[in-house]
Amino acid sequence: MIAMDESNISFFKDGCRLDGRKADQLRPLKIEVGVLARADGSCYIEMGGNKVIAAVYGPREVHPRHLQEVTRAIVRYRYNMASFSVEERKRPGPDRRSYELSKVSREALEPVILTSYFPRSVIDVFVEVLQADAGTRTAGINAASVALADAGIPMKSLISSCAAGKVADTIVLDPMKEEDNFGQADLPVAMTPNGDITLLQMDGGLSPAELHEAVEMAMNGCRQIYELQRKSLVDKYSQLESLSQVPEQEAEACD
Amino acid sequence: MTNVISEIRKDYLYNLVLKGSRGDARKFDEYREISIERDVIRKAEGSARVKLGLSQVLVGVKMQPGEPFPDSPNRGVIITNAELVPLASPTFEPGPPNEVGIELARVVDRGVRESKAVDLEALCIVPGKQVWIIFIDVHILDDCGNILDASSLGAIAALLSTKVPASKFGLGEDYQLPIRDIPIATTAIEFSDVLMFDPDVDEESIANTKLTVISTADGNICGMQKSGKGTLKPEQVYRIVDIACERAKEIREKFLEV
Repeated sequence: MIAMDESNISFFKDGCRLDGRKADQLRPLKIEVGVLARADGSCYIEMGGNKVIAAVYGPREVHPRHLQEVTRAIVRYRYNMASFSVEERKRPGPDRRSYELSKVSREALEPVILTSYFPRSVIDVFVEVLQADAGTRTAGINAASVALADAGIPMKSLISSCAAGKVADTIVLDPMKEEDNFGQADLPVAMTPNGDITLLQMDGGLSPAELHEAVEMAMNGCRQIYELQRKSLVDKYSQLESLSQVPEQEAEACD
Repeated sequence: MTNVISEIRKDYLYNLVLKGSRGDARKFDEYREISIERDVIRKAEGSARVKLGLSQVLVGVKMQPGEPFPDSPNRGVIITNAELVPLASPTFEPGPPNEVGIELARVVDRGVRESKAVDLEALCIVPGKQVWIIFIDVHILDDCGNILDASSLGAIAALLSTKVPASKFGLGEDYQLPIRDIPIATTAIEFSDVLMFDPDVDEESIANTKLTVISTADGNICGMQKSGKGTLKPEQVYRIVDIACERAKEIREKFLEV
C-alpha cells in the first residue's frame, strides 16, 4: 500500500531534494571492477540505493548454434531483479518489463562493441539487481560497460547512463525512488563520451522545452559517471601493473 | 529471425537517400496513407483496423470487472498485449511474444497510460474490490513497416469506440468509455544521417536506429523509446521530436477528432 499520494508530498526543502541533493546532482556512486572470480569481466556498482552487479562471459561459443552470426559476434544481455531487491517480493524470473529493459540495454551497449572481431561467437552480459532504488537500468548499463572493458572486449568507448526526471515541475538529475514513483516524468539516457545517445526512453509528461533541458541534464550526469567508470578501470589495472613487476624480476634472476 | 534484404536493394535505397528521395518517392517526413475503420469486431467492446500504407493492424478492446491492484485500489486496470502472428510476416514465429512483441505492447501501453487518456478513477466500481479491467489486444495482420505507429493509432481509435459493457455484468446501462486525450506515436529512423519518418519494412531493415515519440493533444511528449543498435546525436533527437509533434497533430486532427 502506498502511504503517500501525489498531492501532499513535497520534493524540495530549502532548495534541496529529500536526500539533500541539488536538482542537478547525482547520487553517490561507487564502482568496483573485477569482483567475480569466474566471470571474464565483472563490475559492482552502487548508485544511491541501487546495488547492481554485472558479469561478462565471452566471446565464447554460441548455444543454441542457430543463433550464431557468420560475420560478427552476437551480444546477449540479461537484466534480472532479485526477488528481495524491491519492497514487495518480486516473483523470480523474467517478466515483460525485464524483457524490454534487456533489449534496450543491449542496444545501448551494442553500438560500441566491435562485434566483427569475433564472428560466430557470443558475448554474454548478465546483470543482477540486488537492491533497487529507481534507476536500475542505468546502473546496470554503467556496470555492464565497465565489466565489458574488464573482460577485454574491444570497444570504441565506454557507455555511461543516467536518468533525468521531473518532480514538482522541476527537472532533476538521477531521480531516487520517491521522485520516480510520484514524479511527473522519467527519462533514462545512455551515451558515449562523445555525446552519441545509445539509449533514450521517456514516460510521463514533458513539454518540448523541458525535454530539451532533461536530455541535457542527463547527458551531463553521464559525463560525470564516465569519469568515475574510467577511474575505476585505471585504478584496477595500474595496480596490476605494479604487481606484474615482481614476476619479471624473478624471470631475469632465472636467466 | 530477421528480415533479409539484398545488398543491391540496400545500395539502391542508399543512393536514393543521397538524392533526397525514398523508395516510394515520399518526403523524409511524410507518412504513408492512413485509414482507420472503427467498430469492425462486433464481439469486442471497441475495435479498430488501421492501415498505414500496406501495413495492417487490428486492435480489439475487451472489458470486464475484476480486482484492482493493491497499490491502486480505486483505479481501473489497463493490460496491453500484442500478437505478432506468423501470418503477418515471414519473420514472425508462433509461440509466446518475443522481445520485439513485448516492447511493442509496452510502448503502446505507455502512450495510453502516460497520456492519461483513460480516466482510470472513473473505472472504479467498488473501491478496493471491483474495478473495470481494459484489455487492449493488438493483432498485427500485415507487417509492411512501422507497425508500432499503426498499433498505437489502432489502440486509441479502438478505445474511442469502446462502450463499457455494464449491462452484461448487471452494473447498469452501457456507456461510452470516456477518453480525455489522444496520444499519437510517431516513429523515425536514422539512416546515414538522414531522418526518415514512417519507415517501410526495407527502410527499417537498413536503419541502425529508430526513435518513437508519443505526443499528446496539448503538444507535450508523454513517451519515447529508442531502439536499434545505433546512436543519435541530441540535435537529431530534438529534430525528431519537433517533426513528430507536427505529424501527430495532423494525424490527430484528420482521423481522431470529431
